[in-house]
Amino acid sequence: MAIFKDKNYFRVDLSKEPDESLWMRCKSCGELVFKRRIRENNNICPNCGAYFFLTAKERLESLIDEGSFVDISKPIMDDDPLEFTDTKPYPKRIEEAQEKTGLASAIILGSATVSEIPVVIGVMEFQFIGGSMGSVMGEQICHGMEEAIRRRVPFILVSSSGGARVQEGIFYLMQMAKVATVRTRLAEEGIPFISVMTYPTTGGVLASIASLGDVIIAEKGATIGFAGRRVIKDTIAEELPENFQTDAFALAHGAIDRVVPREDLKDELGKLLSLFVEVG
Amino acid sequence: MSDEQTLDLLETKIKELRELNKMDGIDLSSEIARLEAKLTALRKELYSNLSEWERVKLARHPARPYALDYIGMIFEDFYELHGDRLSGDDQAVVTGLARLDGTTVAVIGQQKGRSMEENKLRNFGMPRPQGYRKARRIMRLAERFSFPVITLIDTPGAYPGLAAEENNVGEAIAVNLETMARLRTPIISTVIGEGGSGGAIAIGLADRILMLENAIYSVISPEGAAAILWKDKERVREAAAALNLTAPRLYELKVIDEVVPEPLGGAHKDPPKTAAALKDALLRHLSELMELSPDELLKSRYDRYRGIGRYRTLTDK
Repeated sequence: MAIFKDKNYFRVDLSKEPDESLWMRCKSCGELVFKRRIRENNNICPNCGAYFFLTAKERLESLIDEGSFVDISKPIMDDDPLEFTDTKPYPKRIEEAQEKTGLASAIILGSATVSEIPVVIGVMEFQFIGGSMGSVMGEQICHGMEEAIRRRVPFILVSSSGGARVQEGIFYLMQMAKVATVRTRLAEEGIPFISVMTYPTTGGVLASIASLGDVIIAEKGATIGFAGRRVIKDTIAEELPENFQTDAFALAHGAIDRVVPREDLKDELGKLLSLFVEVG
Repeated sequence: MSDEQTLDLLETKIKELRELNKMDGIDLSSEIARLEAKLTALRKELYSNLSEWERVKLARHPARPYALDYIGMIFEDFYELHGDRLSGDDQAVVTGLARLDGTTVAVIGQQKGRSMEENKLRNFGMPRPQGYRKARRIMRLAERFSFPVITLIDTPGAYPGLAAEENNVGEAIAVNLETMARLRTPIISTVIGEGGSGGAIAIGLADRILMLENAIYSVISPEGAAAILWKDKERVREAAAALNLTAPRLYELKVIDEVVPEPLGGAHKDPPKTAAALKDALLRHLSELMELSPDELLKSRYDRYRGIGRYRTLTDK
């Protein structure tokens, strides 16, 4: 699937850079920058401000109070209900994704504090089969919402997903219904749900849980849309504007509440949460 | 000559012989009986073992009955209602009130067109956000008066385009799912043709999910899967098989509740018979659902969706 065409994002796998090299060249401004400075700066180029891709773990660290995270995910992993093989068997894909990311699935789920406010937070890992939603992600999201209800704390979901886990076919599609169903309980229980859309939030994740936040915040540079550019071009051959499915496009058309730069995201979340939750 | 053309030829022949048979002094009944037996045998042979891709073609067959055809054959007094009350009236979604065996129900159907002109109006059955919002409006209306909701799914998918994105189609689908999850009245969804991904499930969260025998329900079209996953547009047959998109298979996987039988050769071979079978199924499921109180109904719907999905439990090594 065509990804990472966005100018604001560059896929830089810092772990793959040779260890001895302390410096790297920013693919946006071309400057040599000190790698540690990038890491310390939320993967933002200290020279030009371009965003480098964040892994789910890095994203999580950038949003929560240091050391506050406790994994509360269910001990489950992807099955292969359809025995799906395209160019490669699905279990092989899962295995490779697990090796690549060091994660059991495409989502991290835990309890944490943000500006000292306890929350349940889920973060999707785009590098795990495009952050696509299969049965495991659906279950973890629902489990997270139920934990938020049990603990009486807000639920935060940071999306980074291409949408469908095609290899799970109908079971993926039913996850859209599943997460939307469980989301209604948060509303009934008066538990706030903040949806954070990052690069990218698309397809069935956008058309289910990500669009159902009480408040929806997008990170600057996020791609937000239902059908990808290629699908639209293949289906109806329509010319699309330059800003199509950008954060600004989503904001202008009323799909999201705010666009927030990465460096301000944590503070904004804290401020917003404090309006829902009594602090101290 | 394709298999279907051979069948059509035989059918025409039989019809001709029947006409001749009516004339004086000619008795062709034994010849007719012989051809009919041959036709039945051939049909059985051809259609009892359909491949996934053949079912995809039947699900999209241009002569296949569409939502309005079924509405006409199954319900009485259909009274169409228009508009989402926000920005438009999407003709790819038909909504209204009607009577099903005397009970007032709300009907929501995705409608394809047959001619080019009709398809322009119906947008090839690809709903826009306005269509999903109209559907939601009708669901709310149904809830207010405890009318059961009957949805008929038949779409290649939600309309992909600039205007759809500008009107926030993702939200329209998501909110429909949320709405259907808690709607205090029975919902029965039937895939009558194509169940195209998010565009289908947006009116498909229900207490009972039925599929016509040759309908399909899939996250992506076989063509799309072939292009994206196999990087080869020709491999649609393989993709159709891998996607597990047929009604019998989805029943085996316990995702749907019933496969409604179609006549040999597909629904278009005998639309009234197909409609009668669907009506029978709808009435059966509806009478079961009407036994439940709204709270019981919501609980069983909640449990159904809360439990859906297949994953492995990791055990400590």
